[in-house]
Amino acid sequence: MTKSFAVSRSTDTVLDVRNATKRFGPVLALDNVSIQAHRGQVLALLGDNGAGKSTLIKCISGVHQIDSGMIQLDGKPTLMRSPGSAREAGIETVYQDLALFDNLTPAQNFYAGREISFPSWLPPGLRFMRRSEMESVTNDVLERLKVTLPGAGATVALMSGGQRQAVAVARASVFARKLVILDEPTAALGLRESRKVLDLIAQLRDEGNAVILITHNMEHVTELASLAVVLRQGRKVGELIPTKANQHDLISMIVGG
Amino acid sequence: MHAKTPTTPKTGIAVSQERGASSTAVRTSLKLLGAGPVVILVALIILLGFLSPYFFTGRNLGNILSQTAVIALVAMGQHIVILTRGIDLSVGSNLALASVVGALVFKSTDSTVLVVVAMIASGGLVGAINGLVYVYGRLPHPFIITLATLSIAKGTALELSDGRAIQGMPDFVRAIGGGSIHGVPGSLFVVAGVALLFAVMAKTMVWGRWLYAVGGKPEAALQMGIPVKRVLISAYVISGLCAGLGALLLAGRTDAGSPLFGNLLELDTIAAVIIGGASFLGGRGHIGHALVGAIMIGVIRNALNLLNVDIFFQLIVIGVVIVIAVEADVLRNHLEGRMRVLQAAGQT
Ligand SMILES: Nc1ncnc2c1ncn2[C@@H]1O[C@H](COP(=O)(O)OP(=O)(O)OP(=O)(O)O)[C@@H](O)[C@H]1O
Ligand SMILES: [Mg+2]
Repeated sequence: MTKSFAVSRSTDTVLDVRNATKRFGPVLALDNVSIQAHRGQVLALLGDNGAGKSTLIKCISGVHQIDSGMIQLDGKPTLMRSPGSAREAGIETVYQDLALFDNLTPAQNFYAGREISFPSWLPPGLRFMRRSEMESVTNDVLERLKVTLPGAGATVALMSGGQRQAVAVARASVFARKLVILDEPTAALGLRESRKVLDLIAQLRDEGNAVILITHNMEHVTELASLAVVLRQGRKVGELIPTKANQHDLISMIVGG
Repeated sequence: MHAKTPTTPKTGIAVSQERGASSTAVRTSLKLLGAGPVVILVALIILLGFLSPYFFTGRNLGNILSQTAVIALVAMGQHIVILTRGIDLSVGSNLALASVVGALVFKSTDSTVLVVVAMIASGGLVGAINGLVYVYGRLPHPFIITLATLSIAKGTALELSDGRAIQGMPDFVRAIGGGSIHGVPGSLFVVAGVALLFAVMAKTMVWGRWLYAVGGKPEAALQMGIPVKRVLISAYVISGLCAGLGALLLAGRTDAGSPLFGNLLELDTIAAVIIGGASFLGGRGHIGHALVGAIMIGVIRNALNLLNVDIFFQLIVIGVVIVIAVEADVLRNHLEGRMRVLQAAGQT
């Protein structure tokens, strides 16, 4: 069921970035980069340190704005003015630094910036929170994903790297509607937790999201990605369908051999 | 093979028990650290009861409370600013200016309502300037702007009053600041009311959650779409409003507005927040910390007075207590790091 659904709609382009250019002062972090992400597919975004991967996804998720070029979401040109507007448009991002609040609990982290609240006629900040609802949803999700945490009310400050990563990915999985971007989601993880996160990514994909995955792990790329795009010094230097056979080509593209 | 199997699980169990034990130890230490300020305050009060027979008299306790009220009120605003990783150095001069404005309004209008509104609005206005310049002036830290408004508000207060206290406050203001109901100072009701309001807002309102998020990790707050700028501005406005209310209490108690009010209040309020147990690093603490800290300062001052310790030495004592409180904060961070390591070990 899910499979035929994913295949039949796999050509749906969710995200279309065209000729994106971004400068930080003298640094040309992105130079005319174009990528596409499709519904039900994982796009791997590869490149050495400083290649511009994080910059590109921050432009998509509204943290930065591109200097020139165009970003289309579902075929419509979209200006990602702020992370809030990108989230509203259905883009969820797991940032490289996770963007978790150490001083808050998992439930508070899940809903930060989009608390379930009432009454709706008040401006968001002045509304009252439905705390138990947010907590029960969060607990359900974490339980379903079999994430073990130090304790229900414990803040993220008390959690290991793996637990934190799991919380960040779980948060994205709850709110994902169109596009999920993950910036090195397995960087800090051991084998077992990596497995869990990879399964979660596959699940997000099968639910019909487009997924952009940044990683340095070629195994993960061949396992999950339908297409791999390689950036080097802010430029797109190639793309190919990753297989076990062409891993070597991919790596030499990344390091520029 | 057979010889090995019995030993392996044994060590496994031993390790996990030890880990469990140290994890519990870390948790317990964190809890103790959290309860520290209240425990110390209670111990201090009991000790003082023994040391000075005068301490537990109604009159002395009333004194402590009414002297503490202004610090407590302004410290609650300071606490909200510190929650966002900020600092408000202007609270003392802000309070002085508000009291002078109130006194001048009373002189020219005789209207109680206008006096009250003018004082609170004056406080809020200075707070708004702090917040707006900090956020839109893209200042790296609120230290500078609140230092500037400290100077500007003080100068304005001195200018408006010719450097002298202006006598006269409406009856209502005098009753709030200096009166009492069944021996309970009126100012206590104001402090309790504001504390209750803040506690409810921080816990139940989205705004409260945003305060903690912005203080916990400003970059993440932006990435999560929280209106960080507005949250920051609101914190400074509230701190200013608290200074305005503080002016109301102090002016009521002294029946005057004075440019010399609130001297070193920024230090007292920052000290109260930190001594009470809120973190200087932002995002941690609640209104109770500001209250406990303010009472602690009030009690320490009172004790040193009762025991005839001179005023210079009081400053030194409070300074030492601040250092201890900040070290406790550092220790808490260290313990949390320890907990992370234990969690990671527990996973593999
Ligand atoms: N906010 C910023 N201000 C200035 N320069 C920046 C900023 N963000 C990124 N850069 C620069 O842009 C370039 C690309 O950085 P980016 O973080 O996108 O690389 P990356 O591919 O994500 O690398 P990594 O694998 O290390 O995460 C680098 O030269 C970096 O120094
Ligand atoms: Mg990066």
